[in-house]
Amino acid sequence: MFKFVVRRLFQLIPVLLGVSILVFAMMHLTPGNPAKILAGQGASAEAVANMEEEMGLNDPIIVQYGNFLYDAVTLNFGTSWKSGLEVSKEIGPKFVVTVELALYSTMLSLFIGLIAGIVSAVRKYTLLDVSIMIIALFGLSMPNFWLGIMLMQWFSIQLGWLPATGWGTPEQIILPVITLGTAGAAVVARMTRSSMLDVISQDYIRTARAKGLKEGIVIYRHALKNALIPVVTVVGLQFGLLLSGAVLTETVFAINGIGGLIVDRINARDFPVVQASVLVMAVVFVFVNLLVDLTYKFLNKRIDLD
Amino acid sequence: MSEEIILDIKNLQTVFRDEDSEVRAVDGVSFSLPKGKTLGVVGESGSGKSVTALSILRLIDHPGKVEGGEINFKGKDLTKISDKEMRSIRGNQISMIFQEPMTSLNPVYTIGQQIRETLKVHQGLGKQSGNEKSVELLKLVGIPSPEDRIKQYPHELSGGMRQRVMIAIALACNPELLIADEPTTALDVTIQAQILELINRLQDEMGMSVIMITHDMGVVAETCDYVAVMYGGKVVEYADVKTLFKDPKHPYTVGLLNSIPRHDIDVDELEPIRGSVPSPKDMPKGCRFASRCPFATDLCVEELPSLDEIEDGNEVRCWIYSDRWDGDPEVKEHGPKRTS
Ligand SMILES: Nc1ncnc2c1ncn2[C@@H]1O[C@H](COP(=O)(O)OP(=O)(O)O)[C@@H](O)[C@H]1O
Ligand code: SF4
Ligand SMILES: [Mg+2]
Repeated sequence: MFKFVVRRLFQLIPVLLGVSILVFAMMHLTPGNPAKILAGQGASAEAVANMEEEMGLNDPIIVQYGNFLYDAVTLNFGTSWKSGLEVSKEIGPKFVVTVELALYSTMLSLFIGLIAGIVSAVRKYTLLDVSIMIIALFGLSMPNFWLGIMLMQWFSIQLGWLPATGWGTPEQIILPVITLGTAGAAVVARMTRSSMLDVISQDYIRTARAKGLKEGIVIYRHALKNALIPVVTVVGLQFGLLLSGAVLTETVFAINGIGGLIVDRINARDFPVVQASVLVMAVVFVFVNLLVDLTYKFLNKRIDLD
Repeated sequence: MSEEIILDIKNLQTVFRDEDSEVRAVDGVSFSLPKGKTLGVVGESGSGKSVTALSILRLIDHPGKVEGGEINFKGKDLTKISDKEMRSIRGNQISMIFQEPMTSLNPVYTIGQQIRETLKVHQGLGKQSGNEKSVELLKLVGIPSPEDRIKQYPHELSGGMRQRVMIAIALACNPELLIADEPTTALDVTIQAQILELINRLQDEMGMSVIMITHDMGVVAETCDYVAVMYGGKVVEYADVKTLFKDPKHPYTVGLLNSIPRHDIDVDELEPIRGSVPSPKDMPKGCRFASRCPFATDLCVEELPSLDEIEDGNEVRCWIYSDRWDGDPEVKEHGPKRTS
């Protein structure tokens, strides 16, 4: 187990290197001169040239990448070209907001999705099952920005129950989390249902019943733990989608998260902030996957990680 | 029969229905089992043996349903009692082991957890005493170093070992009746013999009654006191094991006996029963064995014979033994012949 974690941590190195090259290349290959943008509309050619020199934009591209990598490894992300603030201070609070949004949404997806999926499986082919699956299909096919706008329309504008924008108070959290969590809940519900149905027909479930266990214990102790194995994988795979969904949701609800920050700073060609943000998100993504693998291992005793 | 009867099944009907089909998997099965004895239930695959066994424990899954008959266990009709009462019997007074040792244990729990679970639900044993009892049970079923085994997961054990674990779970609460559904079919020949021997030994030690389901007449000869031969969801012959082997009455029983290799006859003379089991979706209206029976007459094809006692404790479902027999009188005189 320990060996596995260490090995996985080492495997992070090539992944993060790849991400760093990609984000660096994308920023540097897209048209638009950051020095010009920074120097302002009416700046003289000379001022722009000075600015370029100061920002290191005239160094060979390899040197620029090397500097960026060195700074990243030493966790020194420098200062923002746009605001002049330290990059870590710029990203920090926004990063927390996005992670909160993603985390609460995942929790909502799991909570609703698991309950709905289990109920559907246990009551298969009943009206309840069919209704749950139809709702899940809707949840899955609705683009989340549209769902966000609809929720805002009803609950904020028409009913006035919940605030339409912002992040922080419990009231502000509800709509964005529903917006971002619905599709995930639908995926988890469908996956849980099919996985449960598969598991319930297994021989060991019959053994559990033959022992004289209550049906509830058969379902929760014997079926659910096995059924969760594929569900966990799906939740892990969904996490990447969740992050991109978070960016859209932040836009709809005017939430000051990392998504908005990245979009804003791409436009401003603020390389340090964009690069650092993308790297941080990549690290989060990779760690979540590690967590998923560990959960998987915990659930599935047949997998030997070492 | 003067012995005390522990299980008496009367006219059991178990049906699988969906919108457009109806499978009468068990169609009027009746047999009884004296206390402390072993009843063999034999028949080819698909004859309804497993469904009969699962019906006893009320473990038939949707869309199957026990639609009629009685299952009297110690004088109580199991088809009538509450779910709660049924649960208190399962794994406690009546236990079952299955044909598939590889998949019958839950892969995500240790052997110890799975044995303890039964001990907890029926005897209220906690972790400590449950562990001690589990170790004892594993010892009883011949598993070496049981202290280590209880911490292992099923995938770390061989098929034979897993079947021993299943037996340990089944025996955990000293059941009065053990139902073994082809417990050795999925195992290697050498392991098969060991498992059968184990069940025989434990039965003697614990005084259990056993229902041994098998399609292997050799297993019947080695383990059973009484035999119910099943065909097409019905019992076609019921006899004590000596009578059955010495003087089989039903042509199907004769066929089964002729198809087992014996040291006193040449393998070339083995006669497998020709043809195959009729599909339960369109059962013939007459004798279900008629299409394969060498003695079949018009009467056999037209009308289903009833299960009648023709000698003391020997029941047969065949027209040969009735007054209405319209076939070869020779067969009636000497019975269907065994090769030998
Ligand atoms: N779940 C089920 N759904 C529909 N039919 C079934 C089901 N289980 C068993 N059957 C029917 O019952 C018949 C008897 O099955 P089974 O008792 O398993 O036979 P055996 O154990 O003697 O080989 C089979 O031919 C099959 O058609
Ligand atoms: S009833 Fe007729 S067909 Fe059926 S077993 Fe007897 S002789 Fe054969
Ligand atoms: Mg079977």
